[in-house]
Amino acid sequence: MGLIYALNGLYFAAFLFLTSLGLSIILGVMGILNLAHGSLYAIGGFVAAYFIGMMTGSPAVLMLVTAAAAAMVLAGAVGLVMETTLLKPMYKRPLEYQLLITFGILMLIEDLIKLVFGGESRYASAPFDAMGSIEITGHTYPVYFLFVMGITALAGLFIWWLMAKTKLGIMLRAIEMDRDMAQAMGIPMRRLTVVAFVLGAALAGLGGALVVPTTPAVLGMGMDVLIMAFIVVVIGGLGSLKGTLVGSLLVGLTRSFTVAFYAELEMPLLFMIAVLILVVKPEGLFGQK
Amino acid sequence: MTNYLFSSRALGYLLALIVLLLLPQVLSPYHLTLVETGLSLAIMALGLNLLLRYAGVLSFGHGAYFAAGAYAVGLLNMYFPDNFSFELAMLASLGVSALVSALFGFVCVRHTRIFFSILTLALAMLMFAILEKAYHFTGGSDGIRIPLPTFFGIELTGMRRFQFLVGPYYYIVVGIFAAATLVMLAVVNSPFGKALQATRDNEVRAEMVGIRVKRFRWYAFVISGTFCGLSGGVWSFVNGHITPEISGWVFSGEIVYMVLLGGFMIFEGPIVGAMLFTYLRLYAVAWTEYWMLIVGGTLVLLVLLLPGGVTGGIAGLAARLRPGRGGGRG
Amino acid sequence: MLEVKDVVKAFDKSLVINGVSFSIAENEVVALLGPNGAGKTTMVNLISGHLQPTSGKILLNGEDITNASPYQRIKKGIARNFQITHLFEDLSVLDNVRTCVLSNRNQLGRFFKPASGYKEATEEARAILGIFNLEQFSDQPGSELSEGDKKVLDTAMTFALKPDFLLLDEPTSGVATADKFKVMDTIIDAIGKRGTATLIIEHDMDIVSDYCQRVLVLAEGTILARGTPQEVMDDPRAQETLFGVSE
Repeated sequence: MGLIYALNGLYFAAFLFLTSLGLSIILGVMGILNLAHGSLYAIGGFVAAYFIGMMTGSPAVLMLVTAAAAAMVLAGAVGLVMETTLLKPMYKRPLEYQLLITFGILMLIEDLIKLVFGGESRYASAPFDAMGSIEITGHTYPVYFLFVMGITALAGLFIWWLMAKTKLGIMLRAIEMDRDMAQAMGIPMRRLTVVAFVLGAALAGLGGALVVPTTPAVLGMGMDVLIMAFIVVVIGGLGSLKGTLVGSLLVGLTRSFTVAFYAELEMPLLFMIAVLILVVKPEGLFGQK
Repeated sequence: MTNYLFSSRALGYLLALIVLLLLPQVLSPYHLTLVETGLSLAIMALGLNLLLRYAGVLSFGHGAYFAAGAYAVGLLNMYFPDNFSFELAMLASLGVSALVSALFGFVCVRHTRIFFSILTLALAMLMFAILEKAYHFTGGSDGIRIPLPTFFGIELTGMRRFQFLVGPYYYIVVGIFAAATLVMLAVVNSPFGKALQATRDNEVRAEMVGIRVKRFRWYAFVISGTFCGLSGGVWSFVNGHITPEISGWVFSGEIVYMVLLGGFMIFEGPIVGAMLFTYLRLYAVAWTEYWMLIVGGTLVLLVLLLPGGVTGGIAGLAARLRPGRGGGRG
Repeated sequence: MLEVKDVVKAFDKSLVINGVSFSIAENEVVALLGPNGAGKTTMVNLISGHLQPTSGKILLNGEDITNASPYQRIKKGIARNFQITHLFEDLSVLDNVRTCVLSNRNQLGRFFKPASGYKEATEEARAILGIFNLEQFSDQPGSELSEGDKKVLDTAMTFALKPDFLLLDEPTSGVATADKFKVMDTIIDAIGKRGTATLIIEHDMDIVSDYCQRVLVLAEGTILARGTPQEVMDDPRAQETLFGVSE
């Protein structure tokens, strides 16, 4: 049974990792807590549910790949528009404006989703059902969960490669460490900021796309995920890939085990951990100031 | 100059008070409850602005102290229904919110900038999670109903809720609001208020002239949180029902929205903002299913085009129309 | 008044201050000179409590303050400014000074009466603005002053704390050359009225010889020369350190 809880924890962690990474990058590189980040996840969810609904009868993997690609493209596109029109003028403004504009964007996106997709929940469980389940130590376990973990591992590896091995990643890390220095070195800040933001948005979209086969896309789905991602980022540290991974694992496993034993404890415990870390080490476990 | 400002301000306040007291003769009962909501939220907005404008730190979790005040009233009713008097409820609001903000504030004031905002947000969410999950004690996500209280021994049995709200309670809210405004005005102009602004302008220098920066910021946090608590207590009777949502980050964000809508650079801005926000939200919800487009769109436009808020915009306009005089910033 | 005894300050393994001793008496204005990196600002930070010495003692009026915090030292009567102007930019010029006066009177923790209602403190603040020729700017925010006036206000704020011992880190840096003497006249005049012991970090030899009774030359963490401005200027080693090598 413990193994199943651990697997469930890993599954939660996979989602959290995808959705938190963007939040973490924006906070680390631009210093903005993007409250609308969950909305990008919601866009991903609704778009994927729409495509899966359209493709009823196709093979599960084909459905998922199409839905995920569409979700990433759309969430990325919305991220692009959002960054270049509304966030760009905010980087030099005080904190209260930065926070409030993302709050306003969140409300706008929430209602735009309602306008486009309607207010009802959208079910898209076809790929989940089609993938069936396997037996692990005597318990049945959905193959889909393993699939999600696999995809996340791939995405994580890709991001790691991007950050560690490419020029883009090195420049991004330079911005994070010292903005002024990076600027003085002639790093194209503007373009990189956009790339980082769109990347984060697309990942959030992917997260949303992968969740709809298990839970329907509903209005407000972005709000809950935003809070979870917020905890992950606070625990792991702003802008740190390793931190986001560790934070996701910690939150995912805590969640899986508390839900199994005493579900009421989950959220208070997670926030308690977040507060403790903020008090002791405000830059998070793996972040730098 | 200072005297001129003070006397013109006193005159304005007197006029505003007279208008508020006359409103029941003019407004429909429905609108009167809206004004009541706006006035009770205005107390909170003033509280938040003590931190934002005068201490220079942005709390994104002030819903926690509003909730502390409101739940003090709710729990008082739940556990001591026989002693549910208004005066006791207000004392509980003030006491509990002061205690919670003293505790939370103690850890928050060690940080500034985004770290302060994130920590206040996390603490508010912790409060939210406790209020929601400890449902045996707090009523959970269903919340708590707030019935009519007694007033210094006077029973209101038989009076309908609506009559109470548009009748005696309106004047009570106006009274508490007026008192809170005057107290806050005194605080920001007091030596403490000046020292607080000094810590905002230059923390290094403030320390060098002998201001205990963190301690003063903490005092400000407690005053600010207690204002929110009072606001939550007063508001809980108007609303008649409280839920953990008021400690959530969305509500905390709305508080900041109110303050910026009214304009945080001017002392009275947050009051204007709380009133406007109450109306804006209500009309948007009544008008369309897509009210968030309106409220969110207004917010985006506000941030982009009118960073000084409504009062800031008016002051700027007035200054431009009367180039002979300096802007009337207070 | 202020005594510094055998003070040593090491950062990691490097000695920045290596056994410095001096004392400054009431009514005395002493200049601390030295090339960049000689340890002048470190010395100021040691006296104000922003740094703790590795060994040695600092005494104020005979009392050992070596381990006192900056706050405790302010309350005991040490005031300093910084090389870069630090004002309360959005407060009025009057409030900048009045806040310091109220701090000195331990009245900052008062919540209700408006600051303007503290008549004595306000009078005192206005008097200080008068001494420093800033009274015409009383109601303007600090940010609207010229660079020179900002520097003067910065010193006025330090002065308003009524210190027994005053540390001024380049009080005329950023002031236009033509105004430097005017600014120094004002400052020295004010200090003279109260007899405050003062240590000034200054580069300009003309200012030093006009306004300071004694000079300490700091080089590589030790006092290389000390005496009247004339004596120090005649000292060949001091000359080389101050004029030959550095510029």
